[in-house]
Amino acid sequence: MTQATESAAPEKERSGFRTWLSLLWADKLAFFAAVFLLIVLLCAILGPWLLDGVATKQNLRGRNAPPFDLSRGFMMILGGDQLGRPLLARLIVAAGNTMAVAAGAVMLAMLIGSTLGLIAGYSRGRMAELIPRLADVIMSFPSLLLAVIVLYMLDPSVGNIILVLAITRIPVYLRTTRAEVLEVRERMFVQAATVMGAPTRRIIFRHILPMILPTILTIATLDFSFVMLAESSLSFLGIGIQPPEITWGLMVSQGRPYLTSAWWLSFWPGLAIILTTLSLNLLSNWMRVALDPTQRWRLEIGARKHG
Amino acid sequence: MAEPLLEVRNLSVTFHTARGPVEAVRNVSWQVAPGEVLAILGESGSGKSVSASAVMDLIDCPPGEITSGEIIYRGRDLLKLSADERREINGKRIAMIFQDPLSHLNPVYTVGWQIEEALTTHGTPKDKARVETISLLDKVGIPNPEASARKYPHQFSGGQRQRLMIAMALALRPDVLIADEPTTALDVTVQAQILALLEQLQHETGMALLIITHDLGVVAEIADRVVVMNAGEIVEQGTAAEVYANPQHPYTKRLIGAAPGKGAIHDDPPTTEPILLLQNVCKKYGEFEALKGCSFELCEGETLAIVGESGSGKSTTARVLLRLEEPTSGRAMYHGRDLFALTPRELFEMRRDIQMVFQDPTQSLNPRMTVYQIISEAWAIHPEILPKARWRERVAELLGQVGLKPEHAHRYPHQFSGGQRQRIAIARALALEPRVIVCDEAVSALDVQVQAQVIELLDKLKDEFGLSYIFIAHDLPVVRDFADRVIVMQKGQIVEQGPVRDIFENPRETYTRNLLAASLDPDPEVQARRRAERLSKEVA
Repeated sequence: MTQATESAAPEKERSGFRTWLSLLWADKLAFFAAVFLLIVLLCAILGPWLLDGVATKQNLRGRNAPPFDLSRGFMMILGGDQLGRPLLARLIVAAGNTMAVAAGAVMLAMLIGSTLGLIAGYSRGRMAELIPRLADVIMSFPSLLLAVIVLYMLDPSVGNIILVLAITRIPVYLRTTRAEVLEVRERMFVQAATVMGAPTRRIIFRHILPMILPTILTIATLDFSFVMLAESSLSFLGIGIQPPEITWGLMVSQGRPYLTSAWWLSFWPGLAIILTTLSLNLLSNWMRVALDPTQRWRLEIGARKHG
Repeated sequence: MAEPLLEVRNLSVTFHTARGPVEAVRNVSWQVAPGEVLAILGESGSGKSVSASAVMDLIDCPPGEITSGEIIYRGRDLLKLSADERREINGKRIAMIFQDPLSHLNPVYTVGWQIEEALTTHGTPKDKARVETISLLDKVGIPNPEASARKYPHQFSGGQRQRLMIAMALALRPDVLIADEPTTALDVTVQAQILALLEQLQHETGMALLIITHDLGVVAEIADRVVVMNAGEIVEQGTAAEVYANPQHPYTKRLIGAAPGKGAIHDDPPTTEPILLLQNVCKKYGEFEALKGCSFELCEGETLAIVGESGSGKSTTARVLLRLEEPTSGRAMYHGRDLFALTPRELFEMRRDIQMVFQDPTQSLNPRMTVYQIISEAWAIHPEILPKARWRERVAELLGQVGLKPEHAHRYPHQFSGGQRQRIAIARALALEPRVIVCDEAVSALDVQVQAQVIELLDKLKDEFGLSYIFIAHDLPVVRDFADRVIVMQKGQIVEQGPVRDIFENPRETYTRNLLAASLDPDPEVQARRRAERLSKEVA
């Protein structure tokens, strides 16, 4: 096994970007996931700017227009909503807000949660006692209730929603990171670094963080969908994103009364949420393998086989 | 020879991996008769466990596949039986014990319950099973069997757990007992006891015993016949004495040649100034005293071995010395400064001088860093040693010095074998240009031949770099060839210290003598003599 791996390891060094691209190409699912996410990202950035007018233009004659009907123009290919606005255009425009809220909340929660988790796991002082209690406090409070109270007091803007959703998701990262750090810090190679005199900063960033990053990223991708749906329930309660602003989650909840007569109102945004989450998940799965030197050969074999 | 009880004929097993099929064993044949002890000897990766796993139906198919061969037990081919029929035989007729008993005992049930269950599932009535369990525990030498039956696995020591496993395996009076590295995880004195127990039980029951081991000493102590395996093939077989005295195959010759404890003893300990002086070092964990006032000195250019059983405090000494743990009291003078009273800045500078090589190189190297990164980290931490421009060159040089190739620098640790990994760990320690290297069981996880190579390397580097070693080991023969002076520790105290020849040839303390007597010699004749001595002592 060892011998085989050795002989198969590529000796020549290629440029970093091309290596990564070929590793990505080796996992076809991950490759298409990446392409899909790129499209979503483009929609999120360019959509509101290009299609804002189309997406908000009401056309009562096209109310709940069925999908796959080109007679009302290409924008209506996915059908129209309850006010006759083209769903395709709305989906593209909504990508902007959805991504901003979901990515913002997840990243913020990940950043704060894992930083606190690192401190709680690595320090042996009072912080190690206090920080996990903080997570307990947040977790013991129903997250939706917390969101309702905060958004009732503050005004429900995108920024505040990100903040509230981030706070409710912090404990997940905090606890996972802390548990992983507690385990990794006792590993022999961390002690070896200590014996060499490595400063705490180096031990954390060079030895501990790379080991726990894949776990955190995997949780983050799963959290992505959770946050999108949480945001939609806030919108449903009227304290989330306010119309005429739109998000996918809001579109799902707006389409709910029409589920029996016009399924496409909720279906398309729902599909967009699922595909985005799935893509993120596939990509994070690929990343876990690609970042791990002991696993990377799986992709390298594939890359060679497929060209 | 009696009719064979269990026979493996021309067995080949292939494992299907992502990199294509790998033949784990090829055309392996062996047999074991009632009342006989057969040992399968091999290094890691030799396929020594595979045929036993095939007997016990423990090979997962897929990925494993038995491509050819037969396993004959009492005239029936086990491979042709149905799953139900095999279950009847496994455990009941052919039982197995493993290296790590803790993972094979259920932690949430009492041991008595677990042995009883083995009995009742095979049809013994409940009340009878109870009585039988107690007598089994008594038989394998568990003290106070009735009370012990109500205890849980974690309440027993490692050796006692192995005894429990043996009791469980023997519960159904098997014809064949397979023991896979039964004593590898145990201390030498406990190992000797377990082997004696196995031998005694085998005499009493007349069962056949198959021992799988990497240790020539175990073979010498217990086996009648031995099968030597290398790279999936049997290279040699015969009686234990014959194979040892007159090995035919070059591999066997190499293996026996590499066995430690046969080389010349270092007789001229360097008469230099002590560079490190430990005075009355204590370490308490709560109420438990791991170190009870240890004092010793290390001279320049000397190899000082610390030996002792697990729990004797030898690793704690190393960890305290390297400030991985804080001592409760005591002093460690190094070049006139107390290591335990340094400021963080001074400690940082001192780290350069005292380095450590850990037991398990698989765990002591960061799996996500390349060899180049691992070795050059030393200079990233202590930039004054070497300017960055020269890192590449120096890494190549160090790799050459420890017997690796410069082009290995861009590989990851998992791409190397155990011995190569330990060489990387040594190169990393050398990168800081230390004066003292503490080796904590640095060769215990390695195969005998690799062990010999790494020790040779350490010896060579000592002269090249002017190093001093503190060499911590539980394996006495290794120490005999390598050390200048030996410290024997027991329960946190130093019981004896002196030049290596004195310790090995004239031990003063009973503990040292027991330790030496329990360590196994690879020569079956020597072991037979020792056994006879032991028996005569017991009679007297």
